[in-house]
Amino acid sequence: MSLLELRELNKHFGGLHVTNAVNLSLEPGEIHCLIGPNGAGKSTLFRLILGEHHPGSGDILFAGENITALKSFARIHRGLSVKFQVPGVFKGLSVRQNLEIALQSRHRGAELEAEIGRLLTFLGLESEQAQMAGNLSHGQKQWLEIGMAISLKPRLLLLDEPTAGMSPEETHMTGEMVQRLNVGGMTVLAIEHDMAFVRQVAQRVTVLHLGQVFAQGSIQEIVADERVAAIYLGQAHA
Amino acid sequence: MTGFVSFFRRLEGPQTVGRGRAFWSLFAVVLLVALAYPLFSDGYTVGNTVYFFVWVFIALSLCLIWGYGGSLSFGQTAFFGIGGYAYGVLTLNFGSAYGFTLVALVVAVAIAALFAVLLGYFMFFGRIAGVFLGIVTLAVTLMLERFMAQTAGPEWHIGSARLNGFNGMSAMPPLTIPWPGEPIVLSADIGLYYFVLGLLVVVYLALRILMNSSFGNVIVAIRENPERAEMLGYDIRKYQLITFVIGAALAGISGVLYTVWGQYITPSSMGMTAAALPLIWVAVGGRSDLTSTVVGTLVVLAAFQALTIYGSQYALVFMGVLLVLTVLIAPNGLVLGLMHWLGRLAVRFKQRAG
Repeated sequence: MSLLELRELNKHFGGLHVTNAVNLSLEPGEIHCLIGPNGAGKSTLFRLILGEHHPGSGDILFAGENITALKSFARIHRGLSVKFQVPGVFKGLSVRQNLEIALQSRHRGAELEAEIGRLLTFLGLESEQAQMAGNLSHGQKQWLEIGMAISLKPRLLLLDEPTAGMSPEETHMTGEMVQRLNVGGMTVLAIEHDMAFVRQVAQRVTVLHLGQVFAQGSIQEIVADERVAAIYLGQAHA
Repeated sequence: MTGFVSFFRRLEGPQTVGRGRAFWSLFAVVLLVALAYPLFSDGYTVGNTVYFFVWVFIALSLCLIWGYGGSLSFGQTAFFGIGGYAYGVLTLNFGSAYGFTLVALVVAVAIAALFAVLLGYFMFFGRIAGVFLGIVTLAVTLMLERFMAQTAGPEWHIGSARLNGFNGMSAMPPLTIPWPGEPIVLSADIGLYYFVLGLLVVVYLALRILMNSSFGNVIVAIRENPERAEMLGYDIRKYQLITFVIGAALAGISGVLYTVWGQYITPSSMGMTAAALPLIWVAVGGRSDLTSTVVGTLVVLAAFQALTIYGSQYALVFMGVLLVLTVLIAPNGLVLGLMHWLGRLAVRFKQRAG
């Protein structure tokens, strides 16, 4: 059974058809990348999966359960988690407190402290723990938010441009982080423009164009697909 | 036992300024001075101090909802008025025997809280946020003011209590504690002073514990980034509603105590000026910290009163200037800024000594 299944998903904003009959299914344990030119509807698709937007028609199934009508927080309880495109950390709170807020509903007391320490080490943010999250570098903010997202121990992790604004080294480290999580059994769906990252981690790639699934396959198949190159180039020359 | 200890450990934490031996020693000294003060003062001055204390609860309500929760409520005075009027209606109907005034206090606060459940449900579950929340709450308090102002006719009464329109209700009994022999009447000087001071200390400490608990964590998380908070699995609407209701209860306490103190309540207590003033106290003190709010409110109120006595027409202008200055010089509040500065100074002093 697929972990996530989108069936004939549609979303209109006025006359704009942002999500057009999208069918997509994620197998448990895969790292799946979602690519496509700007305006292809990638982030909207995330918002539909998370329940921030509601589809005009179609269904969203998570682990066999229809979650289309559920509120966002209820979907998180089912095992979804997300890192947003713009880092969504709690800027005015310390790094440590950011993690505490993410972890406190599953752990208490000494166990909570231990878990925060473990996560700080995993993210390489031990020496920044007393810093205000707003003072972190862009890359560190991204990691902190990934840390908050994975602290929920999700079955499916949604990453919206996890490496945006990162140096090539940071991008590579993020890729390794994602692979380590995947080895631990986490399914990952990532929106990403950085093809180096996609090559590094993706087991399957879906190309979205004008709100529709344009192509799907392994990274080699997608790179070899001339139609995919055309829509990217077309976009660039427009 | 460990649960007990960890409960009180929450008196300190990232959400409240002031920790360690120095802070709590100062707290104890201030409390002792406050306890001893009526012995060295006259009834009128003590009664006037009670008046200041009464307003601290509504300031704390704003600190909670706005400073910690990030939702600017412009209408805390609505709950103030509801509390005050409810106390009046209850006690004018049922009197003060058998400790009923204390029951009336609790019931009046509960009515204010219940109204907040209703209003808050539609606002937060309807996802009203930001400036719109301020507009809705302001509209509600002004509407209540208008409504109460037109209840002058004899047909406007609840039981034997006349609402009296713009003149408001008056002559409600003071708080009375039943006691074997003779009941203790808390008149608006020393008796009421100790009652309100005790309540203030309990509320202040309870709020410190609440804000440093996991509940408080979620509240500040919602202020910082509501979307992220929801995507960590928190039903933010519930947390916002609970905070709003606690805040309403605090404003209700202010309303009841105000009514008890002056033995009257009028519609203007829910009007525009009344609604705006608490915002200024809290902003000037430091809305995101309980201690700064308490200190700031008391200082600004005392200054305001002194100004009203010596130059009445300038007092409100001064309040406006104070707000503008705060926004320009210390947007997080003057008292909070001062406390942070003292904290840094203490650290530097320690480092030099070490």
